[in-house]
Amino acid sequence: MEWANIIIQGVLIGGLYAMFAAGLALIFGVMRLVNIAHGDLIVLAAYVALMTTDTLGLNPLIAIVIVVPIMAAIGYALQRALLNRTLGDDVLPPLLVTFGLSVIIQNALLEAFTADSRRLKAGPIEVQTFEVAGVWIGVLPLLQFVVAIAVIAGLQLLFYRTALGRAFRATSDDQSVAQLMGLDNRHVFALAMALSLAVIAVAGVFLAVRTNFDPAIGPARLIFGFEAVIIGGLGSMWGTLAGGIILGVSQAIGAQINPGWQLLAGHLAFLLILAVRPEGLFPKVQT
Amino acid sequence: MSAPFRVEHATRSSQVGMAIFAAALVALAAAPFWGGRDDLRLLSEIYAYVALASLWNLLAGYAGLVSVGQQAYVGLGGYVLFASTILAGLHPFVAVPLAGMVAGVVALPVAGLMFRLRGHYFAIGTWVVAEVFRLIASQISALGGGSGISLPAGIVTSMASSRQMREFLIYWVALALVVVVLGAIVLLLRSRYGLALTAIRDNELAARSNGVDVARTKLVVYVLTAFGTAMIGALIFLQKLRISPDTAFSVNDWTAFVIFITVIGGIGRVEGPIIGTIVFFLLRQTLADLGSLYLLMLGAVAIAVMLFAPKGIWGLIADRFGWQLLPLERRLHFAPDARTT
Repeated sequence: MEWANIIIQGVLIGGLYAMFAAGLALIFGVMRLVNIAHGDLIVLAAYVALMTTDTLGLNPLIAIVIVVPIMAAIGYALQRALLNRTLGDDVLPPLLVTFGLSVIIQNALLEAFTADSRRLKAGPIEVQTFEVAGVWIGVLPLLQFVVAIAVIAGLQLLFYRTALGRAFRATSDDQSVAQLMGLDNRHVFALAMALSLAVIAVAGVFLAVRTNFDPAIGPARLIFGFEAVIIGGLGSMWGTLAGGIILGVSQAIGAQINPGWQLLAGHLAFLLILAVRPEGLFPKVQT
Repeated sequence: MSAPFRVEHATRSSQVGMAIFAAALVALAAAPFWGGRDDLRLLSEIYAYVALASLWNLLAGYAGLVSVGQQAYVGLGGYVLFASTILAGLHPFVAVPLAGMVAGVVALPVAGLMFRLRGHYFAIGTWVVAEVFRLIASQISALGGGSGISLPAGIVTSMASSRQMREFLIYWVALALVVVVLGAIVLLLRSRYGLALTAIRDNELAARSNGVDVARTKLVVYVLTAFGTAMIGALIFLQKLRISPDTAFSVNDWTAFVIFITVIGGIGRVEGPIIGTIVFFLLRQTLADLGSLYLLMLGAVAIAVMLFAPKGIWGLIADRFGWQLLPLERRLHFAPDARTT
């Protein structure tokens, strides 16, 4: 039963990684941009949640409804003002600009909030658990996992059932034809970034409730999200969930063998997939 | 029978540039006789950054391999130096080239995996590799595990018995290394690989259709860069006399600074990293008190340069005046022209 417990914990944390990955995959799918500042934006969302809960005295899980629009607005502005200028055939400008952005966000957070570890308090739900067939499941991790599934299902619906999703897919397929059909690419890209940061906002709040955070932890979150995307396969939303779960379970197993191996086991799982199945487990779009 | 034409690399500006480099080299080689201990330290650090930035420039600016994980090889070089001197009793100055060779060998399978990731994702993939190296280093208890290790006094004194002589020696090795790295890059770019690389830099598709083996050229550059980066890493930590996983594999120190230096100086030009390093250290000497604000400003400047002057400072100068400090251009001179034969 001990191993069942460990694997369940890994699956549940995988939901969080899937949310990191979904935002990343969304951006890449629509505009072929890999946002190196992704992890730092997750941490920024955690700090926005911290400020919201501190000033309004809200439970962080309720504060999500405030953090999401704030982050979405930041995403829209970021894309319109900065990132749209970097898009083109050359991979260098978007990578270097988002890398610079990552350094800027980290150091701005450091200036504003110091390097101290912080945590959001969500009240009694943090410690509530229940037992199913001998396995103890935390209410909060389960909630986080359910939210992750809802977010991914929502993104999937949005992509394939709405006009906005059609615009995303059209722009992804062929930018110039999409433009000919009357789409404003700059606006479509900005909406995609806003959506990505909205997903990040949800992930950031759950991250901040479950673990301590400080301004320096962003890059590791970017890496988890990235690994989940590659494991799951490019261009597939449900793939990111599978990738997140595989990453989470690998880390949980590694940590059980030796606490120092938790992160290493996740990275090795990623490298193994890259070696034997570089297109990922559930590929959809070949890029 | 010789070819009907010959290729000339030098221009008037590159002759002036080479004269400046030669004069600077003489002055810098004599630095132990005119500079204090702090000057030598600062200069060694400058050499390390010129070399790291030049190597990253070769990788990203020419071969189009935008890595944000070169700290993997800086750290690997440092750890090979500590391992081979502490555990195998090697002389530190022998360990420096050994570090390069180990990194060159390690880079082969790493490239095999990373080259499966396209463009943008390659960048983050290299970061994962650096993280893996860092986590492995922190598991090696013989080298201090997560808290790191100092170079034992016996190894330190084996370089030279007096502290002053040691510092002179390390300084000269650092200077020699940066000259070798820059010289190798210039020679590489003047060779047919250089022609292939410049073609890839300007247009990868066109290069491929003209028969350039793009994958092979990229692999060669990746391995050579790892080789050089690890030697610099070994020297950096030989000078620090202490290594830990977090300092050895620091993304800020060995990648963020290096990228900002290259972008600000001028990416895709050999002169860029040199100019960028000078600007970087001038800024640092005046703004270092600002701490994290300094890094924030540096990031903002790099973004502004990338958006508004993507060729960097040297790109602006070179485009305006047609200068080159190093003899890299190719100009054909035909045999019948009596002036050139």
